[in-house]
Amino acid sequence: MAAVTTATQQEPSTVARLMESRGWLAAWFMLPAAVLLLVFLTYPLGLGVWLGFTDARIGRPGIFIGLENYQYLWEDSVFWLAVFNTLLYTTVASILKFILGLWLALLLNENLPFKSFFRAIVLLPWVVPTVLSAIAFWWIFDSQFSIISWALIELGIIDHRINFLGDPTNARASVIAANVWRGIPFVAITLLAGLQTIPQSLYEAATLDGAGRWQLFRYVTLPLLTPIIAITMTFSVLFTFTDFQLIYVLTRGGPVNATHLMATLSFQRGISGGQLGEGAAIAVAMIPFLLAAILFSYFGLQRRKWQQGGGD
Amino acid sequence: MAITETRNAPAGDEGGMGYLQSVPRKIVTVWVPLLIFVFVLLFPFYWMAITSVKPNEQMTNFNDYSPFWVIGPTLEHFRYLLFQTSYPGWLWNTIMISVGSTVLSLLAAVFAAYAIERLRFSGARQVGLGIFLAYLVPPSILFIPLSVMVFRLGLYDTPFALILTYPTFLVPFCTWLLMGYFRSIPFELEECALMDGATRWQILTKIILPLSVPGLISAGIFAFTLSWNEFIYALTFIQSSENKTVPVGVLTELVRSDVYEWGALMAGALIGSLPVVILYSFFVEHYVSSMTGAVKE
Repeated sequence: MAAVTTATQQEPSTVARLMESRGWLAAWFMLPAAVLLLVFLTYPLGLGVWLGFTDARIGRPGIFIGLENYQYLWEDSVFWLAVFNTLLYTTVASILKFILGLWLALLLNENLPFKSFFRAIVLLPWVVPTVLSAIAFWWIFDSQFSIISWALIELGIIDHRINFLGDPTNARASVIAANVWRGIPFVAITLLAGLQTIPQSLYEAATLDGAGRWQLFRYVTLPLLTPIIAITMTFSVLFTFTDFQLIYVLTRGGPVNATHLMATLSFQRGISGGQLGEGAAIAVAMIPFLLAAILFSYFGLQRRKWQQGGGD
Repeated sequence: MAITETRNAPAGDEGGMGYLQSVPRKIVTVWVPLLIFVFVLLFPFYWMAITSVKPNEQMTNFNDYSPFWVIGPTLEHFRYLLFQTSYPGWLWNTIMISVGSTVLSLLAAVFAAYAIERLRFSGARQVGLGIFLAYLVPPSILFIPLSVMVFRLGLYDTPFALILTYPTFLVPFCTWLLMGYFRSIPFELEECALMDGATRWQILTKIILPLSVPGLISAGIFAFTLSWNEFIYALTFIQSSENKTVPVGVLTELVRSDVYEWGALMAGALIGSLPVVILYSFFVEHYVSSMTGAVKE
């Protein structure tokens, strides 16, 4: 309070008045964030696009070579395999995360004892550093000492050890499983937050009108949850599409490039291989997909809003 | 008005229509799937923990020892990790880098969020949208140009390479979250202070910030966790063993091509996870609110 009164007693100088002008003040307030983001986000984004048009290598600034990197990639079967893998990985993992996450959210939304305890432990896989939990999965997926193989053999379901990460199909399934394991909590907890905003009275009204459990879900829960599903899944798809850590730990893109994603291929060519230009080109090739995903969810969301408004 | 009333309703009739469900049915449709979920989600942690205290001969001998339990647990792997590797150094690096980048990001985010939300300069909405879009730019498409920049700036292989680049994903997130918190603080408080002659700076430090402490905690612990978990920048910008962070160190230094030290690896993963798990267990509610808050807006 003392500080406030002294401020009023001061003669407002030109500088002080300028300081109080909103535009001027806003510029100062925005400065730290703007500098950080322009220097370390916007500029590198542009630099990345530029690098994609050069033949830069580590330790040698490249010269402009036009679309040569992209031409090379266009004829590179490994690049197309990585694109295919990325799309497969993103699609399958996102669908599984959505179904299982929504199911878990519905379970947690039931009136249970220890509800907050369950919610807390369910989120753990998402909290723990991905690389470290991926190392645990690496051990679980070990070709010789996998606990899953051992348990299934003991139960008499299979008769030989599963080669989780050595066989292309198994490796794909294994990395998708690990990604789904890590992604379920995020989907479940955000959808649970959405579920908790749906009023009970709607369910009661629908029940009185004779709706069954499936109908309650289909005609009450799902429409009201759509906006939050759209945004949650957009995030989930973006994170899955650009995933790097899990693959880098579990397979490094192997066996025979069967699990190479665009991000891991970009790292392998750009950093490990030193071909910065080519790596940047692969990274830039991810941007159209990301934009498509964002626009798809943005316009999907708009349409739903309009539909709900019209429905009411 | 009607909407706010119905929104509050679930708190009133706790339990809802639960009584319509019979107990056996609830066990099959709710408890069994839920426990399976919990088992699957937690098993890797159990496996991590049990492996980290297993003597080496029990680790691979499933016939004589039950793999799910341990006889005569040993701290040998932890001792090896803490005294014969650079692990304590990696822990220290990770703490310094996470704290540094979190503080830097929070400072930048508080000012930016206040400016966007309350100073409402012309173009504030566009800047807000820009911040949101910045959050959607993934590190996987930035690491190559950033590595070129980091090298040119002479930051390669120093902690500053990470402290300055982590804000690229922390600032947008924190700003977005704090904007939501600032929006919930009534304008009247600020108007009264302005009438009394307070400067914007005084309003921010004496009114807005004390009221948004929960938001600051949420943003802070979330940012800390994100920097702790970061991998691709740390892998790309750090070369020497003593400057590595825990996730990179465990993966690149403890794994040797010929022999896998599973016990030490699991112990490293366990200790590396503990700080964020402990932080998380103290602030579960903040954590959940920041995660859902970022999505809900």
